[in-house]
Amino acid sequence: MRISIRLQPRHEASAGRQIVVLLLSLLVGFVAVGVVFAVKGVNPLYALWKILAGSFGSLYGISETITKAIPLILIGSGLTLAFRAKFWNIGAESQLLMGAIFATWIGLNLGPRLPGWMVIPLMFLVGFLGGAIWGALPALFKVRFGVNEVISTLMLNYVAAEFLNLLIVGPWKGITQQGFPYTDDLPPSATLSVIPGTRIHYLTLLIALACAVILFFLVHSTKFGYELRVVGENPEAARYAGIDFFRTTVTLMVISGGVAGLAGVGETAGIHHHLTYPGVISAGYGFTAIIVAWLAKLNPLASIVSALFFAGILVGGDAIQISLGLPAATVHVFNGVLLFFLIMGDAFVNKRLVVSLVRRG
Amino acid sequence: MPGAGIQRFSATIRHGIVTSTVVRYSQSIMPKIDLLEMIDISKSFHRTRANQRVNLRIGSGEILGLLGENGAGKTTLMNILYGLIAPDSGEIRINGQAVRIESPRDAIELGIGMVHQHFMLIENHTVAENIALGLSDAPFLSPSRHVARRLVEFGERFGLKINPQERIWQLSAGEQQRVEIVKALVKGADLLILDEPTSVLTPQETEQLFVILRRMSEEGHSVIFISHKLEEILSICHRVLVLRKGEVAGKAETKDVDKRELARMMVGREIIFRIERPELERGELVLDVRELVVPGDRQRMAVRGVGFQVFRNEIFGIAGVSGNGQRELVEAVTGLRKASQGAVLLGGQNITNANARVVASRGISHVPEERIRFGVVPNLFVYENAVLKQHRQRLFSRVLFLNFGSIRKYASTIIERFNVSVPTIDTPVKNLSGGNIQKLILGREISGQPALLVAAHPTYGLDVGATEYIRQQLLEKRGEGLAVLLVSEDLEEIFELCDRIAVMYEGRFMGIVSTAQATMENIGLMMAGSMPEGAGAGADSKPEGAGAGAGAVPGGAGPLTSGAAGDQE
Repeated sequence: MRISIRLQPRHEASAGRQIVVLLLSLLVGFVAVGVVFAVKGVNPLYALWKILAGSFGSLYGISETITKAIPLILIGSGLTLAFRAKFWNIGAESQLLMGAIFATWIGLNLGPRLPGWMVIPLMFLVGFLGGAIWGALPALFKVRFGVNEVISTLMLNYVAAEFLNLLIVGPWKGITQQGFPYTDDLPPSATLSVIPGTRIHYLTLLIALACAVILFFLVHSTKFGYELRVVGENPEAARYAGIDFFRTTVTLMVISGGVAGLAGVGETAGIHHHLTYPGVISAGYGFTAIIVAWLAKLNPLASIVSALFFAGILVGGDAIQISLGLPAATVHVFNGVLLFFLIMGDAFVNKRLVVSLVRRG
Repeated sequence: MPGAGIQRFSATIRHGIVTSTVVRYSQSIMPKIDLLEMIDISKSFHRTRANQRVNLRIGSGEILGLLGENGAGKTTLMNILYGLIAPDSGEIRINGQAVRIESPRDAIELGIGMVHQHFMLIENHTVAENIALGLSDAPFLSPSRHVARRLVEFGERFGLKINPQERIWQLSAGEQQRVEIVKALVKGADLLILDEPTSVLTPQETEQLFVILRRMSEEGHSVIFISHKLEEILSICHRVLVLRKGEVAGKAETKDVDKRELARMMVGREIIFRIERPELERGELVLDVRELVVPGDRQRMAVRGVGFQVFRNEIFGIAGVSGNGQRELVEAVTGLRKASQGAVLLGGQNITNANARVVASRGISHVPEERIRFGVVPNLFVYENAVLKQHRQRLFSRVLFLNFGSIRKYASTIIERFNVSVPTIDTPVKNLSGGNIQKLILGREISGQPALLVAAHPTYGLDVGATEYIRQQLLEKRGEGLAVLLVSEDLEEIFELCDRIAVMYEGRFMGIVSTAQATMENIGLMMAGSMPEGAGAGADSKPEGAGAGAGAVPGGAGPLTSGAAGDQE
């Protein structure tokens, strides 16, 4: 006798089934994370409760969750675009940083000179450009030289981070910052106003929501979105149909990188008001957004919801760090485990598990 | 250099040094298959009943033909037998004993081998590596070395020429199939399932395959031969089982039935075997290809100086065994590959090396070979696939946005006009049968009033009903003034449809003849690279392709480049 476990293909994946699988994946993911908590000697249910309470249990928690959801919505919806075309952009973190760097240059150098109403729009524009350039580079490498985009986007993260480190201790080090590795603070005309009592820089939030909506229509209703899906699903058919692989790939990465750049503008002009260490400017948003896009089933609109969810985990994670004395890495473990189960769950949408006992004859 | 070891090794093979390697192959623990029965097999996919209480039995040494239209359930039934699909109900017995086949591995252990219609080979690996991959007793280190000797042995024994070190992507479809067949044989299959095995073979190769099959049968092997070519079933099979819409529509000893009877069982109605091709005065010049030279995937030139013209109201056929440059020629004409020399003119305008998008907009439409790989996006819906390529036209898109209203209407029109059987246009194309996918592609490609249709193997792997339909459509469009460039390996198709026939061999045309003056035999000889006596007379000897690649013609008779029958200007 032996036990046979097989995945059998299903003919059709219903929407209901997708949701059930999604929820089950999350549940199993939570259980697995619970084991981590238990090993650390913390009651998993209590920890989970603390996370929830920290992120959604108070007005302050909710405002922080929304604040952290802003970059996640932007980057997450941008990544859905890249992932639809099977372009694995792991470099949103650096695209965010380049957006921050470009925008800060504008803010510091032109902010005091230009009329006030022009500065912020210009910063967003140039920030988009910064992210777009950093996103387009690996796209160019891929279509021209066949460089694997996973490697190039990942490595460009380090390049951008070290470039930022260089700027803040070197040429851009602020004279008003008493030796700290910060740039000078942005002038008032180059900072974003917030909802009083919170850190929510509402202009970026509006841009993020608009982005999600625009990208949704871009993917589903436009010629470009159609070509992008054809390229992702069957590159050979795309070639046959005369779809320009070069143009499609570079364009989508200009957009995907560009919106990550917008997130960088928001973080700098809305929260920090100067450039500092890469890990402070972005709390790993570029990586967390990968899970955001995946949980959203690569739907830009749904990434609003999944961004809020993961922002909640980030905020709640901070909370349990303090209240339960768990290390900072806990949140990363949390996110990693959830992504793992989400991806595994995909296998069950189109397949069914068959377990049976087999007699060997 | 991963290939270095293999190259060195194959060099030793060529010099005949490797003789001491003793190779043992998977010997199944199971006894030989004397009788295999499939009893009351049923299987449904969603709303479609693919198999309904199907019974099949095959004895040792028997060649059983499995006949049926596309979507009749032949492949489903065989996938069940090979463990790829679990049946909803029913039982499989070997030598009277019930067995469970839950995966191809189980099937192989029981002595069942299968050669699929769509090849299951790893493109970037060599022939030897692909064959070593499935062998359980291949050693951990250099497993391909282990099989190469056996491979050569099989090649000699069965007359299946394969170079063990060649990479799969470099092989033509016909050669790839030979690899698949040898792969199953090497694994020691008692029962071999062949899914549409002859569709890519030349008549000569088919004969060779039949010789192998008869030899296997004499040795007590059983063969299930899936086909919808009636002559083949009658010539090779002992018995035949006919499926229609998932049910057994009839079974017979092949000596007791004829083509007509089988056809009736298969489609449930009489079918016409000869399509009427009215003689038409050919119209003005549409496509003018001049001394085209096109590089192939391998370093050498695949097309070496080919020139021809296609006119309105004409179907121009290119016959030949696949892998003689037809694919590269088609790709160069449709903008998918750059020619290195020569010119392509459409309606007098030079479109040489224009990209696919421009070529399509100038009025060349294309029914590609390997329709699922190139012609559609399987995960997208029918309506989305109905405008692949046409989606940029003003009818279907405004400045930025697609006009889904008119796209859906257009898709519905195609489906209705071209008898594509599909539940709704919101079905993913991957759920359609091959015949329906091809009707969708053909509909899409000829609905837009193109000047020229390039059709590559348009009926390859399709059942009689769909084949007949596609051919009728091509002739109808010819009547309406369309110029058609038809590439096919199927001589019957070439003779039925074409006004003029060119035979391609080693990147050149052996000749261009008008169908009225051509004989099946002469064309067959030209396909094999020899010039039939007398056929070359009156040639208007076209000049060779500016000497390009001329030095690279492999030894032996270089093909004559001559337009026979003198119907070229």
